[in-house]
Amino acid sequence: MNLLRKVFAVAVFVFASATVADAQIKIGAVLSVTGPASFLGDPEKRTLEIYAAEINKQGGINGQKLEVVIYDDGGDPNQARTFATRLIEEDKVDALLAGSTTATTMAIIPLAEEAKIPLINFAGAVVAADPKFKWNFKTPHTDLMACEKIFVDLQKRKLTKIAIISGTDAFGKSMRDQCMTVVKKYGIEVLHEETYGPRDSDMTPQLTNIKAKAGVQAVVNTGFGQGPAIVTRNYRQLGILVPLYQSHGVGSKQYIDLAGDAANGVRLPAAALLVATILPDSDPQKKIVVAYKTKYEADTKQPVSTFGGHMYDGFMIMIEAMKRAGGAKDKAKVRDEIEKTKNFIGTGGVVNMSPTDHLGLDLTAFKMLEIKNGNWTLAE
Amino acid sequence: MTMQTLLRRHGVVLGLLALVLVLPLVLPSNFYFRIATLTFIFALAVLGLNLVMGYAGQVSLGHGGFFGIGAYAVAVGPTHFGIPVWAALPLGALLAGLLAFLIGRPILKLKGHYLAVATLGMGILIAMVFTNEAQYTGGPDGMSVPRLVLFGWSARGPITWYWISGISLVVAAWLAMNLIDSPTGRAFRAIHDSEPASGVLGVNVARYKLIAFVLSAVFAAVAGAYLALYDGGVTPRTAEFLRSIEFVTMAVLGGLGSVIGSVVGAAFLTILPQVLTVFHDYEHVVLGLLIILFMMFLRDGIVPTLARLIFRRRS
Repeated sequence: MNLLRKVFAVAVFVFASATVADAQIKIGAVLSVTGPASFLGDPEKRTLEIYAAEINKQGGINGQKLEVVIYDDGGDPNQARTFATRLIEEDKVDALLAGSTTATTMAIIPLAEEAKIPLINFAGAVVAADPKFKWNFKTPHTDLMACEKIFVDLQKRKLTKIAIISGTDAFGKSMRDQCMTVVKKYGIEVLHEETYGPRDSDMTPQLTNIKAKAGVQAVVNTGFGQGPAIVTRNYRQLGILVPLYQSHGVGSKQYIDLAGDAANGVRLPAAALLVATILPDSDPQKKIVVAYKTKYEADTKQPVSTFGGHMYDGFMIMIEAMKRAGGAKDKAKVRDEIEKTKNFIGTGGVVNMSPTDHLGLDLTAFKMLEIKNGNWTLAE
Repeated sequence: MTMQTLLRRHGVVLGLLALVLVLPLVLPSNFYFRIATLTFIFALAVLGLNLVMGYAGQVSLGHGGFFGIGAYAVAVGPTHFGIPVWAALPLGALLAGLLAFLIGRPILKLKGHYLAVATLGMGILIAMVFTNEAQYTGGPDGMSVPRLVLFGWSARGPITWYWISGISLVVAAWLAMNLIDSPTGRAFRAIHDSEPASGVLGVNVARYKLIAFVLSAVFAAVAGAYLALYDGGVTPRTAEFLRSIEFVTMAVLGGLGSVIGSVVGAAFLTILPQVLTVFHDYEHVVLGLLIILFMMFLRDGIVPTLARLIFRRRS
């Protein structure tokens, strides 16, 4: 018992000493920097650190210095909730930029709602942008938008009968479900469906089934990581000739490296950031994405990813809202200003928030790309 | 019963009760209440695991699975089957106990590493079910859990759950202490010391192993349900393999075969990650290092080793 109290006393002491540093505006972040979702959390954390330093170098927000407190939840929603509680109760932050995954975000949202603290999250799923959560906003595109972008392209090419092959991981599954909700709207008919596990190394059986299905005019693969690359390779090996669509989940150079020549001809929706250098100069996002890409790559010596870009957007929207609200003291005012964000040009697209739209992106946020000669090209 | 056993048995429970009662007086904010609550919830699961590992001497690397069954019971039951939350909680515990009974019969015949691997497989399988049966469980993103409502009173917030989990832990500790001093408990320890010898002495080894296993599954399931209700959500991460490892680490670190050790182990691994955030990017390294050091110098776990040191100094 004594020991427990001692451990406790030490804990109290360390917490206390960790929270003395006093800044004028404090933003808290809970991100999945390590663990299975570190591909999201790590670039988010780096981006936040780079741009927080940048803001302070420029003299802060309306002259007030900015302090950022970042905790790593390791991808565990329970830890995420604990750290978010800590940010709100102990660190007394003015705003939250938190939640790398849908699961961690959904654990954090109720706390922000209860404490009435503005929150911008980086989850993928549509629920994380539900305007019923008054204090919560989100920057990443939803998988629903990716589906719609693909379906619009299918419509343009007059292809209506498709097959879907999806990964059973969170990303692949959620996107598949979202796609199914809008097939009717775009007059698309799903003739056949297949799934594969996230660690499967051969998708030939599933694709053989698809090949055998008469009338399929295009195949859509919702998945993330190495799965889609294997699908792409098997697809070409089986000599399936109808167009193959991948999701925004494969939007990295790694996919092309893994799939090799098989990737040529594949179409996918992706954020402008991925094709920053080949965007036409007339594109409103061009300046922003090139600037972010250059800065991120120079500072971290790592290739830019769209996930870090989501943090850039969230951070900038938050900062601009605070500037308009004249500081961060009046949290309700900051929240209102976030909701009033109009024509904000970010890496993810042009953001127009409203009381009924806490995401603020439309389909123009995605570019339809086609891979040609091992490189991204704009298909529009 | 001698005065000493009485004191030992009730002393532990009374001490724990005193801690639960006094702690709110010094806890400064909801955040500390949350840490204490999480400690109690995990301690509940570890206490159960300790019956199997510490007393009966059987390894289980699958208790995250039972924890998950309890958690998903209060999520899936009310959402899909219209079972009220207060009924879903014991139902989940029952289900976990039943599963432990069915699985335990064959796999508890295995010994040492083989048992460890079998329980590990079991835990992973359970977690896989939660991930894949998405129409019921919400898949990898998990699902939300309705609030526990008892007689029109809704259990929410850190302070309410502090009391629920704290009192439950005290009751569980009391049950465990009683069990340990009963013939069943003595049979557990006999099996721990030597299976063949206890068999020769007439202890029904298979039966007692099974009792310990089932009981521990029930403890874990109740703890899992508490966590799900407290957090208002559940994901496959709740039942993951890492969770099982975490429980084993808590049990071993705190001290196998020690009720207080279970609580200390749970507290250690719940509080430490919060304290170690001061090390920023190196927190995981420091955490690992600390665990290694503790295991090197307090080999029997924190509580038994310290107890022995204090006892030796006195005598």
